[in-house]
Amino acid sequence: MAFNWDFIIKFLPNYGMATLLTIRLAAFGILLSVLLGVSCSLVLYFRVRVVGAIVRGYIELSRNTPLLIQLFFLYYGIPKLGILISSHACAIIGLTFLGGGYMAEAFRSGLESVSKAQLESGLSIGLNSFQMTRFVIFPQALSVAVPALGANCIFLIKETSVMSIIAIQDLMSLTKELIGMYYNTVETLTILVICYLLLLLPVSFLFLFIERRLRYAEFGL
Amino acid sequence: MQNSGFDVLLSLNNMRRLMQGLGVTLEIALISVMISIFLGVVYGLIMTTKNRAVYGLCRLYLEAFRIIPILVWLFLLFFGSALAFGSDLDGLLVSVIVFSMWGTAEMGDIVRGAVQSIPIHQRQSAEALGLRRIQVYRHVIIPQAVRRFVPAAINLVTRMIKTTSLVVFVGVTEILRVGKQIIEFNMMKNPMASFWIYAFIFIIYFILCYPISKFSKRLEAKWEC
Repeated sequence: MAFNWDFIIKFLPNYGMATLLTIRLAAFGILLSVLLGVSCSLVLYFRVRVVGAIVRGYIELSRNTPLLIQLFFLYYGIPKLGILISSHACAIIGLTFLGGGYMAEAFRSGLESVSKAQLESGLSIGLNSFQMTRFVIFPQALSVAVPALGANCIFLIKETSVMSIIAIQDLMSLTKELIGMYYNTVETLTILVICYLLLLLPVSFLFLFIERRLRYAEFGL
Repeated sequence: MQNSGFDVLLSLNNMRRLMQGLGVTLEIALISVMISIFLGVVYGLIMTTKNRAVYGLCRLYLEAFRIIPILVWLFLLFFGSALAFGSDLDGLLVSVIVFSMWGTAEMGDIVRGAVQSIPIHQRQSAEALGLRRIQVYRHVIIPQAVRRFVPAAINLVTRMIKTTSLVVFVGVTEILRVGKQIIEFNMMKNPMASFWIYAFIFIIYFILCYPISKFSKRLEAKWEC
């Protein structure tokens, strides 16, 4: 099968742009969902009343519905109430809504793994609650949460693949467009896969490396 | 009160069509889950092998599905089949194939994890007691492995149900597409339809997945000792 290299070279910049867009959306989405997730997990950990119930409801809602449906509701449903959201904002909000729930669960399991002895020791040497969180709870919880965090990051990057449904010019919509216009199916699908591999393999290896490093910490316990 | 557009959901005809769409989604999920459980157990047992080459190949298959988004796999099969056979495979068939392939990989990894999580001394003690190989599996390995397998497998089922929403990309007429059709049909007389329809589909997915994931968590908590 002859590969049409001219075609590939011609549209490579488009693929580059689309990949960059995916990276940008995913980066914002991951960053915001980590922030949201940490806040939610702290609310649950410190058993804040009322807010805790809302947070629990939110986590279940975001974890038990697909991103695609969330996006449809955000992009086509919500504007009917008079709130207009651009497609980029919508993508990031959607990703954050989804990711926040997953990140919250990851951090929560990390927080819960910190043993009671640690908390009591911290209190007995006179740390206040901020110092406890900052120096005792958080570092230990984070190292437990890292594998789940990594899995969530990869999951969120992969989830960006549905964004074409809300008019985002990402890799999937570019691929579909090019196949529709030129029928160069083999070339377009090959670049598509390569782009995703380039995007996801480094992230996957990075977290593998971090996880391995964090395992050293366990020997001290 | 001004027309809120909620009546789009009250129409019996619309509701029936939405439910039919949901039926298609569930059908794809159910068939794929069945195939995945069956092939996943086989695949998982193969993965417990000590042969490095076989393990490496299995691992590669699993990672391929973990790294590349499912939507990309759907595209690969959907457009790839059009190229290979001259006409594209039915979107429904492509979806079932892709979800089964993915499900097999994930289910297999759960089976592998469950079998390998049983400490070696369990097997050794059983052998020391004089149990035959089949008895070791029947009375020692399988009962313990199942307790680790079932909650994770149920969790995977909810993931598969959620992921079936992607089949709309390969032209399957499922709940989302039906919803779109209803919205387009009511565009003029009911501009609020899209809000209610999409909210409804959102809730439907939640009602479907929440009890299952809750059940999986309960089982996990109950069997963890």
